[in-house]
Amino acid sequence: MNVRLYIWQRSTAALMLPLILVHLALIFYATGKGLKAEDILARTRGSIAWASFYGIFVMAAAIHSAIGIRSILIEWLCLSTRQANLLAVSLGAALLVLGFRAIAAVVLHG
Amino acid sequence: MVSPQSELSVALWRGGKDGVYQTYQVPTRTNQTILDVVTWIQRNLDPTLSYRFACRVGMCGSCAMTVNGRPRWTCRTHVSKVASAGRLEIGPLENLPVIKDLTADMRPFFEKWQRAKGVFSPSKTRDDAIEEIKPDTPARIAADKAIECINCGVCYAACDTVRWNPDYLGPAALNRAWSLVNDVRDAGNTARLKAISADGGCHACHSHQSCQQLCPQTLNPTASISGLKRCATHAYLQGEIKP
Repeated sequence: MNVRLYIWQRSTAALMLPLILVHLALIFYATGKGLKAEDILARTRGSIAWASFYGIFVMAAAIHSAIGIRSILIEWLCLSTRQANLLAVSLGAALLVLGFRAIAAVVLHG
Repeated sequence: MVSPQSELSVALWRGGKDGVYQTYQVPTRTNQTILDVVTWIQRNLDPTLSYRFACRVGMCGSCAMTVNGRPRWTCRTHVSKVASAGRLEIGPLENLPVIKDLTADMRPFFEKWQRAKGVFSPSKTRDDAIEEIKPDTPARIAADKAIECINCGVCYAACDTVRWNPDYLGPAALNRAWSLVNDVRDAGNTARLKAISADGGCHACHSHQSCQQLCPQTLNPTASISGLKRCATHAYLQGEIKP
């Protein structure tokens, strides 16, 4: 890991910390109130706020995990830096696609 | 003087990379060190045994070996402290190529000192006045804490990150870089911070702290590496270095 990746990984971790707390609080609220899928969708559809919240979350998680996986691939699977970069970028891209697909499913009108 | 338990069972690594442990019986003595044990075997049982030592008093850093699974400076490690039920297993330092028996090839270790720019880079000539160094400044205090390294390689052999990533500079080289970063007479910091910010540099450290736990000089390379991470991050954000 070099200083550029280090800063990206630490800054995305710092960014995700409050987002995770809000996300967990949201889960407890939704399950505590017994909200059904249609109740949740009624709140999220068309909401720029929730789209932004989870959009930032997905981007931060994709960057953070890709950098972490890169180190694991180099250190534990003994891959070359080039191979690890390729796999880590692929993972990050997959998380971005899956994350934004999930956001679209709850924010866009069906 | 012979101590109550009369013999130690000592397994020594013999051969190169594909060597094996061979067991010897060694008489115990009071205040016996691991280096005493190895020397006794070479002088009394097998003169072909290869190992490295020089000062025998904990100054030169040349006698480090793996003793019962942990890297130790053998001249200052008493048998009574590390022997388990009268048994010792002594091998060459880990994370370094084996030359023969207990002798590890230290070249990768010192090459990384060079890569980390662990060489003093003078800022003055012999014609300039000698710079006054005040011992109570924060930079000097930080440099002094890191400066007593004897290059024994114990931290390097103990480091998980070195084991996993052969490109990693390791605790000793980074600790040396930190002592120079804090030396006000040194003029090589930009090149040094650039070197330790690249892949395999200080940011690869996972802070497992085996280095500070096992350092015979009770230095704390993990703290030095943390200092380097802060300095390098600051320099990168200021645009002073590009990895």
